[in-house]
Amino acid sequence: MEASELLGLYSGIFKIRAVEEKLTELFNSGITNAPVHLSIGQEAVAVGVMAALKPQDKIVSNHRCHAHYLAKGGDMKKMFAEILGKQTGCCKGKGGSMHLFDDEAGHIVSISTVGAGIPIAVGIAVALKMRGDSGIAVVFLGDGAVEQGVFWESINYASVQKLPILFVCENNLYATHSHILTRQPSEIIASRVKPHGIATCRIDNANDILRVRNVAVAMSSLARKSKPAFIEACTYRIREHWGVAEDGNLGYRSREEVERWKENCPLKNIRALLVKKGLADEISEIEFGIIEEINAAVSFALNSADPDREELYTDVFAEVVE
Amino acid sequence: MNKMTYKDAATEALTQAMEADSNVFLFGEGVDNINGIMGHVKPAFAKFGPSRVIDTPLSENGLTGFAIGAALAGMRPVLIHQRDDFMSLTLTEMSIAAMMRYSSGGKHKVPMTILSFIARRSGEGCWHSQSLQSVFAHFPGIKVGMPASPIDVKGMILAAIFDDDPVVILEHRHTPMFEMRGFVPKEVYKTPFKPKLVQPGNDITVVTTSIALLDALDALGTSDDSEDGLQINAEIIDLRWLKPLDPEIIIDSVKKTGRLLVVDTGWSFCGIASEIVAVAAERAGNYFKCLPRRITLPDTPCPASEALLKNYHPNPEMIIRTVKEMIK
Repeated sequence: MEASELLGLYSGIFKIRAVEEKLTELFNSGITNAPVHLSIGQEAVAVGVMAALKPQDKIVSNHRCHAHYLAKGGDMKKMFAEILGKQTGCCKGKGGSMHLFDDEAGHIVSISTVGAGIPIAVGIAVALKMRGDSGIAVVFLGDGAVEQGVFWESINYASVQKLPILFVCENNLYATHSHILTRQPSEIIASRVKPHGIATCRIDNANDILRVRNVAVAMSSLARKSKPAFIEACTYRIREHWGVAEDGNLGYRSREEVERWKENCPLKNIRALLVKKGLADEISEIEFGIIEEINAAVSFALNSADPDREELYTDVFAEVVE
Repeated sequence: MNKMTYKDAATEALTQAMEADSNVFLFGEGVDNINGIMGHVKPAFAKFGPSRVIDTPLSENGLTGFAIGAALAGMRPVLIHQRDDFMSLTLTEMSIAAMMRYSSGGKHKVPMTILSFIARRSGEGCWHSQSLQSVFAHFPGIKVGMPASPIDVKGMILAAIFDDDPVVILEHRHTPMFEMRGFVPKEVYKTPFKPKLVQPGNDITVVTTSIALLDALDALGTSDDSEDGLQINAEIIDLRWLKPLDPEIIIDSVKKTGRLLVVDTGWSFCGIASEIVAVAAERAGNYFKCLPRRITLPDTPCPASEALLKNYHPNPEMIIRTVKEMIK
């Protein structure tokens, strides 16, 4: 892989990490109490998959959407403004941290009801196919969403209709505080999807971004040929379900397990590779640029106006054209 | 103008919408089956084939999400559920459809139509007879219409398909309505989002939904005199759209008559009849000459037995009895 591409992957992961560390700071200093769902520890999935996508590809995300939004090229200023509830946010302050989207970047929508975004991505794939548009639909879901009826309805329909869609399941083992084995018969999801006539691939360590990127290239190219595909990306959420703290004190998962995954950090992994290739200076430059961008975005958000009171009542229905 | 049945007028709306806009497509469980959803999609299927009239798996909630996605991507999907009852499976995605515009700060639109049917037939019981209009009208962001005439079923379906919000259209498939004939313009037209003054009168305002209009006309149509010689000039208003609710015609009428009866095909508790009474009380309560009344389904599930069923749905006798109590 070219150095520039490797640096691009590093940049993608670092950006998400640094944005979420900034959110942590804003949260801890009381500037926001938004219910942020951080992706720290899972960034390689978003960045690796997005590296395989094209600008015309459309993504749908879920409540844990920061990483997908940033990796797809969503506007960072509008993201901070949205999380802080400002008029300049991507949803004018009406959506919040769980509903980020950026149409221009191809991030169509994030739906916070677990699983509910999956059929929406299928519908986007239906439209892409009917209209003969190039591009595929890509939906990000968690292991918990697999327990929803609409997940199985969606993979069934994608298979029957041969839709241009890629399902990306981030299996981080826990739905809030419930381990997957209390909810499903096996930790392995892909093998239960495969019989539906969907191409599947399980990535045992999705904190290895090169592996994610390579699998995503292969699986998205199937989707481009209207062969629906499913990636199970095994990763780990380091922070609490929502909020900015670590939650080892709660006892629902072992400290050893958390430490093992922290050691297998996607950012550390790629950084080590780049340093070995002698790209340490380039890394510093990238990091500096991203920190500048974040500071500018935060200051934009903080200086933005709150939505007007009237905004409470607008955007419920389309404007009536008599 | 040509005369056709309610059922055929609905069918014509679907076909004409597809002719007018290539982004319109129909899908649902059994749309390509032999009876073509009681004939509704047969001409469309004959003309446009399976690429735009798509048979689907039995996945109501998923189908609703598919419609949202297709609508976000520029299509105008029409999702058909053979019975209103099956829509109870769609609540998650309907709530998403409802609030997509708001949650995006007005940037997203979801121009999708959900077409379904209320049934009424002995033997069908609890889960094949529901009338769930008030459930969907409860969500901010969903429009809900209940056409009660051939001219309106066509115009309301067309209004729904070419509207930029999610719209639920509930037809009533009970024979007196479904086979009812009336004049229907040939061209494409849209019924406005307002109630319809069906019969003017001065004594009482009777607001109806769906097939209850036929019961009200049967009971209080101007050609009918009451048995004891009491002349009742009822003003009959067909609500047509539960959402958006445009109450002005109703408020003006209540100010004139001083009496309000609402007849609905749904349950009374938290139903649209309650909403109409509340709005009238807030806006025209000082004009009431007697307490407002509702005739709805009782707050019980629908029984299967014909013997029980005859007192379940609103009927003309109930309406006459209630109106007499209100006017005496």
